[in-house]
Amino acid sequence: MKLFTYSPGGTEIEEEKWTKDKPYVKLPSPSIAVIPLSQHTGAPNTPTVKVGDHVKIGTLIGSTSAPVSAPVHASISGDVIAIEDRLCPAGNKIQSIIIKNDFKEESVEFKHVDSIDNLNSEELLKKIKDAGIVGLGGAAFPTSIKLSPPKGKIIDTVIANGAECEAYLTTDYRVMIEFHEEIIKGILIELKILNAKRGIIAIENNKIDAADLLAKKIIEKNLQDKIEVVLLKTKYPQGGEKQLIKAVLGREVPSGGLPLDVGVVVQNVGTLKAISEAVFEGRPLIERGITVSGSAINNPGNYIVRIGTQVNEIIDKVGGLNKKLRKLVFGGPMTGVAQSSIEVPVLKGTSGILFFGEEAIEMAPEEESPCIRCASCVDACPIGLLPVLIDHAYRRNDMKLAESLNAVDCIECGVCSYVCPAKRHLTENIKKAKQSILKQRKIEAAKQAAFEKLKAQKMKEKEEKEAKNG
Amino acid sequence: MADDMIDLVVTSAPHVRKKIATSTIMRDVLIALIPATIGGLYFFGARHTLGVIVVAILSAFLAEYLGNLMFRKKSTLWDLSSGVTGLLLALVLPPSSPYWMVVVGAFSAILLGKIIFGGIGSNPFNPALVGRAVLMVSWPALMTTWVKPFYWKISSRSVDAVTSATPLNVIKLSGYANLISAFGSKGALYKALFLGNVGGSIGETSALLILIGGLYLLARKVIDWRIPVSYIMTVFVLSFVFGRDPIFSILAGGLFLGAFFMATDYSSSPVTPNGKIVFGIFIGFVTVLIRQFGAYPEGVMFSIILGNAFVPYFDKIKPHVYGVLLKKGGKA
Repeated sequence: MKLFTYSPGGTEIEEEKWTKDKPYVKLPSPSIAVIPLSQHTGAPNTPTVKVGDHVKIGTLIGSTSAPVSAPVHASISGDVIAIEDRLCPAGNKIQSIIIKNDFKEESVEFKHVDSIDNLNSEELLKKIKDAGIVGLGGAAFPTSIKLSPPKGKIIDTVIANGAECEAYLTTDYRVMIEFHEEIIKGILIELKILNAKRGIIAIENNKIDAADLLAKKIIEKNLQDKIEVVLLKTKYPQGGEKQLIKAVLGREVPSGGLPLDVGVVVQNVGTLKAISEAVFEGRPLIERGITVSGSAINNPGNYIVRIGTQVNEIIDKVGGLNKKLRKLVFGGPMTGVAQSSIEVPVLKGTSGILFFGEEAIEMAPEEESPCIRCASCVDACPIGLLPVLIDHAYRRNDMKLAESLNAVDCIECGVCSYVCPAKRHLTENIKKAKQSILKQRKIEAAKQAAFEKLKAQKMKEKEEKEAKNG
Repeated sequence: MADDMIDLVVTSAPHVRKKIATSTIMRDVLIALIPATIGGLYFFGARHTLGVIVVAILSAFLAEYLGNLMFRKKSTLWDLSSGVTGLLLALVLPPSSPYWMVVVGAFSAILLGKIIFGGIGSNPFNPALVGRAVLMVSWPALMTTWVKPFYWKISSRSVDAVTSATPLNVIKLSGYANLISAFGSKGALYKALFLGNVGGSIGETSALLILIGGLYLLARKVIDWRIPVSYIMTVFVLSFVFGRDPIFSILAGGLFLGAFFMATDYSSSPVTPNGKIVFGIFIGFVTVLIRQFGAYPEGVMFSIILGNAFVPYFDKIKPHVYGVLLKKGGKA
């Protein structure tokens, strides 16, 4: 079978996929659920419940009329005990609904459908939107928006992202093994919504059994002319949308653009499962699969947890820590976010939680040695940037130079820092340069707008004056 | 849960790094130089040559240590880069170099070539070549006194038996035909050059042994193929254009050592892929021009130093940035 990949750039990373063969286990529901009202890219929700209200599993607890958004639902049954700002995995505080579990596991009634044949695009989209589905790969972009391309944009391909290129994480792999039916159904739903011709399931060749399984199921269902499985050469960061599209289709998303600009929608396999459950079972997104791994946790594995479960409850429920916890990471080791507290909740976009002991300090040392210009970062950058030069520009505070080196095109995959023999904080500095440039651009745009406004006003005054004189 | 079980550190991603350090890379370069070093000892005799190598390496470390003290910098001895500079310097010196000159060369290489620019990674020129250039212009006679291979085996130590000229020297003085006749045939000349059985600097004579080290560095991904390949190809083609024997031209002198070990020095060569190719072509041109028209018979050292000076310009040849050429007007 032909192996697909992108070039240039990328690197092999040590996999450490210890939890590959651990089937999903449902964790018991938490005693407290902390459900932030904004778990997605877009407008935050406003609460639709108040303190003291009783909620059931699936009760809508936050929504908004803003278009780019996704509602949130109660993941446990019980009473709303507080609505307050809580620390979230991204490091910020977000208004959250806090529910105390009554352990009655009462659920609102979900409306099943047996077939999507009688549903049109709008009806399918509404089901996805109402279920609060967002991208489960980490970016948490509202799925209903992703599936509603602007008029004139034609989508020909849906790529199911089963690359899972991050180390430790096996969330997507387990979904592919255990929920292949749902993935295939999810693709069919998306193809119908987008009126697209083909679905491609892209899987790295370190998960060849998942690829074989899905290929077999596709043949069994006689869907070969609609859906195909493509095998990718294992390489980080192949699961990034841009890299995946280049690897599978050879297309490049324009700088600053979206996959839909090149006729593609990329969807994480876990999201496809959620879409299928939303449409066929009427289930909102109230739980998800995560990988719990790292050296400091007992019983690393793949667990299905309710959205809003806090890390401290997860630690207790999987079997506790086996040594001093020095680093807690939400997401994978390359792009994940280190946490300052164990009282943070699992969100819709949480793909894994990693627990590290003392060795974490050595895994990513703080201390840098001088850059030797070896160009490892240049060779590894999947975008074709020159991380070493952007980093130098940032350290000299020369943002003009950083901008001319396309710092804003950085996808923050972490590969440059990973390969650096001098342990330079390249990704971190490029991120900061990027933020600084984008901020400056905003300021410039605001200045320009103010100038245009003033100019228009002066022109008007002048015209009025002339009209008066004339 | 006991609080003493949790003491969280927060750092920016990535939270894992590849197991590689600057010293790993420098160690690989030292390993790659072993064949050429042993070749030098074999051809030119261990008695004096080994002294040159040891003095060069130790002086380089000492210079680095003093340099760190002078500029109150943290010790950079551990990164082994001064060892690489010292060894490379020894390999491009004549086997008969007096020890005091080797010390001067090593101090020039480390202090003038590297430390004054800020130390490892900041040197615009190849430090070993800076050291050699200083010696070349200061003691030209000593730097162009060559010994015959295996002179140490010759019983009568008359001056005639010991001194020799490098093949490029012979060409400059009396032409290519005389060189071939001295070796008997073209094939014998190629063979001698390939194996290293000719006069020259300690580590530069054997194309084969240098190639073994070069291939090791390529396999270990320490160096990139672009600089050596574009450099050697350019010398091959341009020599042919000038009517010189292209095979002889790439095997003779310091080209292989320069192409695999000198021009690939990280901090004095470009970081961009296409910049590397243009750099290789540039120094290839200058090498052949010096050999053809210059006062010196060999041009590898000066061409690389000259190329080093233009590296910031070669680095302006940027690779294709994903999606950027497709950027639509007005879209940020």
